[in-house]
Amino acid sequence: MAILLLGLSAQAADFQLLNVSYDPTRELYQEVNAAFAQYWKGKTGDNVTVQQSHGGSGKQARAVIDGLEADVVTLALAYDIDAISEKAGFLPKDWQGRLPNQSAPYTSTVVFLVRKENPKSIHDWNDLVKPGVSVITANPKTSGGARWNYLAAWGYALKKFGNDETKARLFMAQLYKNVPVLDSGARGSTITFVERGIGDVLITWENEAILAIKERGKDKFEIVAPSISILAEPPVALIDKVVDKKKTRTVAQAYLQYLYSEEGQEIAAKHYYRPRLAKVTAKYADRFPKIKLFTINELFGGWSKAQKNHFSDGGLFDQIYGHK
Amino acid sequence: MITESAPVRRILMTLAFGFVGLFLIVPLVTVFGGALQGGFPLFIKNIRDPYTRAAILLTLQTAAVVVPLNLLFGVTAAWAIAKFDFFGKRTLMTLIDLPFTVSPIVSGLIFVLLFGAQGIFGPWLMRHDIKIIFAVPGIILATIFITFPYVARELIPLMQAQGNDQEEAALTLGSGGWRTFFLVTLPNIRWGLVYGVILLNARAMGEFGAVSVVSGHIRGLTNTIPLHVEILYNEYNLVGAFSVASILAFLAIATLVTKMLIKWKTRQEMILEEAS
Amino acid sequence: MKLLLKQKSVLPGFGPALGFTLFYLTIIVLIPISMLFLKTATLGWSSFWETVSSPRVIASFGLSFGTSFTAALINVIFGLIVAWVLVRYRFPGKKIIDMLIDLPFALPTAVAGIALTTAFSERGLLGSLLGSIGIKTAFTPLGIIIALTFIGLPFVVRAVQPVLEDLDKEMEEAAVCLGARRWQTFVHVILPILFPALMSGFAMAFARALGEYGSVVFIAGNIPMKSEITPLLIITKLEQYDYAGATAIATVMLIASFACLFIINRLQWWSHHRQEA
Repeated sequence: MAILLLGLSAQAADFQLLNVSYDPTRELYQEVNAAFAQYWKGKTGDNVTVQQSHGGSGKQARAVIDGLEADVVTLALAYDIDAISEKAGFLPKDWQGRLPNQSAPYTSTVVFLVRKENPKSIHDWNDLVKPGVSVITANPKTSGGARWNYLAAWGYALKKFGNDETKARLFMAQLYKNVPVLDSGARGSTITFVERGIGDVLITWENEAILAIKERGKDKFEIVAPSISILAEPPVALIDKVVDKKKTRTVAQAYLQYLYSEEGQEIAAKHYYRPRLAKVTAKYADRFPKIKLFTINELFGGWSKAQKNHFSDGGLFDQIYGHK
Repeated sequence: MITESAPVRRILMTLAFGFVGLFLIVPLVTVFGGALQGGFPLFIKNIRDPYTRAAILLTLQTAAVVVPLNLLFGVTAAWAIAKFDFFGKRTLMTLIDLPFTVSPIVSGLIFVLLFGAQGIFGPWLMRHDIKIIFAVPGIILATIFITFPYVARELIPLMQAQGNDQEEAALTLGSGGWRTFFLVTLPNIRWGLVYGVILLNARAMGEFGAVSVVSGHIRGLTNTIPLHVEILYNEYNLVGAFSVASILAFLAIATLVTKMLIKWKTRQEMILEEAS
Repeated sequence: MKLLLKQKSVLPGFGPALGFTLFYLTIIVLIPISMLFLKTATLGWSSFWETVSSPRVIASFGLSFGTSFTAALINVIFGLIVAWVLVRYRFPGKKIIDMLIDLPFALPTAVAGIALTTAFSERGLLGSLLGSIGIKTAFTPLGIIIALTFIGLPFVVRAVQPVLEDLDKEMEEAAVCLGARRWQTFVHVILPILFPALMSGFAMAFARALGEYGSVVFIAGNIPMKSEITPLLIITKLEQYDYAGATAIATVMLIASFACLFIINRLQWWSHHRQEA
């Protein structure tokens, strides 16, 4: 009885979580964190502050491997969270099955951002390889986000040439021949296109494209949805080793689950990520054009395979630049 | 006085001005121009943002630890190298220059390899719950490494040029070692010392590459001013980025003005000494 | 040891001073840098060789060494002119220019990179000007050279300035009396004296440029085989969680720039002694 009373009269606990995320999610998580703190306070009476850290997806994963004490990670691709599991063992190998939808609470896709009125009339991937079209995208070797861009183009090429890999490679070589600047990060390439006025088309995530238009004016840019693209699934995960040490498992788990809740999905949709929940999807349907989407598992057999074939040293991406 | 012919002088002056203008004035104007693009009130608002303030505080803290430590090292090393002859002196001097030749990213990386969770001391540090990397100590260590040679490099040639005569005289007259240092050596090198400290401080506050590797980028906790500039830039907040950057540029200029005052004062004293 | 540490001075404090210097040097510099070699050693010789001799790495070495060398050379030529003008001539605003020379030391490299890219990109102040005469700077090797020149600018000026200030005018006057022309005096009398300082400034600017990342990555363009600098490749390796590969490339760079410094140190020593002889 005394213990029970003690438990009841205990003061509201203070929790601090660290969410280590990739670059373009700052605005999204700022809002999620505030909403979650309120939700958690109402539910348990405890205070929770979520601190944010942002950077390139791979760099962030490396920081967690090297000891940055993240309770949760919300990165651009599953490969980076796999690496945390593999290199440091901070979370189990099967982490992706612990949450619904392969642990990706929201998705996006890869679209084109072009200059107003689409002067080079770019409508689909094959317009990008035309001579005289200047394409901006980030370096897939250093930017996780740009790896999705690359795979989207590759997927289009595979479908177009009936899975003929030689032709697909040629297509990719032509595409990247049109790229004058490969920024090291995805946001960097957006700035190159938007602020510096370089290039005719920017290959980027849908949320990034909408944000750019919102930030820099509707009168300057347009979004073009290609005929087919990739379903970008940025995953989230709990870092077991850290939450056990900091005793924050319950709240961290609730934080991730909150992303799947209706409120969480609303916030994601507001920040131009495609929600998973049917109800929210319907509500924001006009925001997201219908594009035929393929997943990385369907076409590339998952991230570790894609990474090895395409982005490792001497892989297909390097070959594009090695043998012109 | 011998000098060049007027046309040659004019050409040389034009070249010098052009070079300085292109490489120094243009970047500086870009920074301040960018900062004031949205007007002065926005500039003030950007600077008073709580995250910016946290970044400024962290940068000042870092400098407050790094500067005294490297100052102490610089003076000691200069004393040993300039005042004595010993075998391996040249090698020692080259080793002191070593941090200059290491790429900043690599400077950060080596500390990760040492203290990171997968590093040599990582598991031990984790067990004892000591945080070095992705916390303030890591930022300080990386900054110490980057700014390591500045004071020593400044002092060694100066002390070598001055020679040992004055100190030896003081010792012969019965002054103790410490007394000799404070009353004879220090006054002789003080302006060189201040010059070294100023550069050391500027570099410590401005370091980006190495700190970026070991910081962890936690907003409000481990972001220094240069890292915060990058974040703002990445957030489409270009005016904000240039505003915060202009704090650093301003700091740089303040540092350089101080240095100029010091030079001026030194000259003034020299003239006085010569007069007396 | 006694022989190695012989001291020729009556001043006190040699033992503690050298002891502390070595201790601090070991803790702060030598132990951390040894990690680079330790990590690289885990690769084994053959994979080390494979890593550092791959075409992309070789291309980046070519680019990094080439642009750093060019930038350092530009700094030697213009640094000498700037130093000459600052020491020998009087003109309004001289103090301000003198003050500004150290700006690249003080301005954080990322800020410098953003500012230079803004100025030199096609929409920028200088970029549009240069663009109109058909020169593209940003996102080409030329842009890299510009950033590296900025980074290394103070080294040469600050190395030459004090030597010029101390230069004995009598030698120049003597040369003139002997009928030498101005440029002959410069080439045969002044330049040899300035040579060690120029070399030292060149070495520091070169070494600094070689490792520079923060400012260059904004302006470089980062196209493999064309405008990809070596530090960017190190980042690429890290991105694949290949720490050993990253340290392997870093080790090659470190040894190369250390060798440069060493050779130039020797050269300086040699020219110094030749003059005295």
